[in-house]
Amino acid sequence: MLAPLLIYLLVFFKEVKMKKLINKPEDVVNESLEGLALAFPELIKVNFNPNFVYRADAPVKNKVAVISGGGSGHEPMHVGFVGKGMLDAACPGQVFTSPTPDQMYEAAKKVNSGKGILFIVKNYSGDIMNFEMAADLLKGEGVEVQSVIIDDDVAVQNSLYTQGRRGVGTTVLAEKIVGAAAEKGYPLDKLTELAKRVNANGRSMGMALTPCTVPMAGKPTFELAEDEMEIGIGIHGEPGRERMKLKPADEVTEILAEAIINDLPFKAGDEVLAFVNSMGGTPDSELFIVYRKLHKILESKGIKIARKLIGRYITSLEMQGVSITLLRLDEEMKSLWDEPVLTPGLRWGI
Amino acid sequence: MKLTNKDVLEYLKKAAELLNENREYLTELDSAIGDADHGINMDRGFQTVLKNLPTLEGKDIGAILKAVGMYLVSTVGGASGPLYGTAFIQAGTALAGKFEIDEQDILKAMQAALDGIIMRGKAERGDKTMIDTIAPAIESLKKSLSNGTDFVEALEEATRAAEEGMKSTIPMLAKKGRASYLGERSIGHQDPGATSSYLLIKLMLELIKEKQINN
Repeated sequence: MLAPLLIYLLVFFKEVKMKKLINKPEDVVNESLEGLALAFPELIKVNFNPNFVYRADAPVKNKVAVISGGGSGHEPMHVGFVGKGMLDAACPGQVFTSPTPDQMYEAAKKVNSGKGILFIVKNYSGDIMNFEMAADLLKGEGVEVQSVIIDDDVAVQNSLYTQGRRGVGTTVLAEKIVGAAAEKGYPLDKLTELAKRVNANGRSMGMALTPCTVPMAGKPTFELAEDEMEIGIGIHGEPGRERMKLKPADEVTEILAEAIINDLPFKAGDEVLAFVNSMGGTPDSELFIVYRKLHKILESKGIKIARKLIGRYITSLEMQGVSITLLRLDEEMKSLWDEPVLTPGLRWGI
Repeated sequence: MKLTNKDVLEYLKKAAELLNENREYLTELDSAIGDADHGINMDRGFQTVLKNLPTLEGKDIGAILKAVGMYLVSTVGGASGPLYGTAFIQAGTALAGKFEIDEQDILKAMQAALDGIIMRGKAERGDKTMIDTIAPAIESLKKSLSNGTDFVEALEEATRAAEEGMKSTIPMLAKKGRASYLGERSIGHQDPGATSSYLLIKLMLELIKEKQINN
């Protein structure tokens, strides 16, 4: 008698494990893109099959087309960053899954104005291979394509014996800075150089209080106890490098900041962009608590905060957590950061 | 023993069923050391292949495999899409125009598939990837065929080698893919890609064995 009851409870709780504001899990990506298209028709258009988001005014004459993409689930990155002063197109894959070459290929054909294409690619094997295959297809048709890889995550050892560092927060900053430069008419070679410089000067690390749930999987990507946190997480709900007991925000900020600062290393006199990012589920109040401590740490080290970005920009669905990125700035980067941008996810100067 | 294009279509149908059955299992493995989508992605890719099989009837084996590769590239995504896609495309290229293939053809196609995977993903044996399943299987089959071993035995031996290869990934430290970000935490978990490739190889070797026995 007890057994059927237990089985019923087990089944019931398995069903309830995922609580999301979606319709059918397999429709999440498409419905989300449809909503985006309806919300911002003056800024972007959405192509389906293959899926990509592109500037409403594409192709824009006399500029290199900057294209990025990656798994869905990180919004606003990348589809929310399509528009003037940032991306010409973005290719969203399935949730946490790299987009496929046909997406980048068609997107490039749509936004190419003949001045070449720059792919901004995050360092994940899937992203790298799919963008590479797309670049091969385009080059085979005489389109000039260059790719820059972002690999700023300090949580992973950079070594010949691993995939290398993941591309995380600096991706957003690169898309803005490089997007601005492209808008100003920088040629492809100069854009590639700039993108590489941004990547070389950016460092990030993240942490999570909770995992997230991929709609199609129906359950969390990993388990964290009530009193635990995961340091060094990626943006796909994959577990990170170290699990430890929950600590107060100031200590967490110290752990992340120290790792980032020591890695470049950032030194006294450096000017930085301080980027405090919500992984999706963390409220603004907590971001500002983290920023408060980060500000003190940088001040104590004589590192000047010349620009800031605080909010939800590169997320991992509903994960609660934060990532910090520091970008060492120069005059050119500062001025490009300040340039106008008009996208669903980032907007100033217009 | 000859395999025909019909046999290849039959294999693909069964492969789609197999990956669908193992969707949760592969996703579990990918939760431990990845981002929990391998089973979902492979199922999606092979369901697309399944749906399009009727359009491949009557085509030569090379054309069928290349088409499968293209479907996988455009629907699987992630790292598996390019890797499995390239594997099938290269195997298809090796068997272009053939409506019937023998043991040597099969070995040639498997080698072409593996070479494609290595070219695309730049991994090696011991990196804790699908290569750790596929390379031992090919090695075993190659050796058996050159020794003149009974073919059925050769197929069984190759299946065992593939299984051992898959299991050998458990203690390995991941050097490629998402698992590599976990460092030492990747140790103690079987690689999802090594597992899905084992399922596909085992099915293939079993179907060939059936064909051989029934001839």
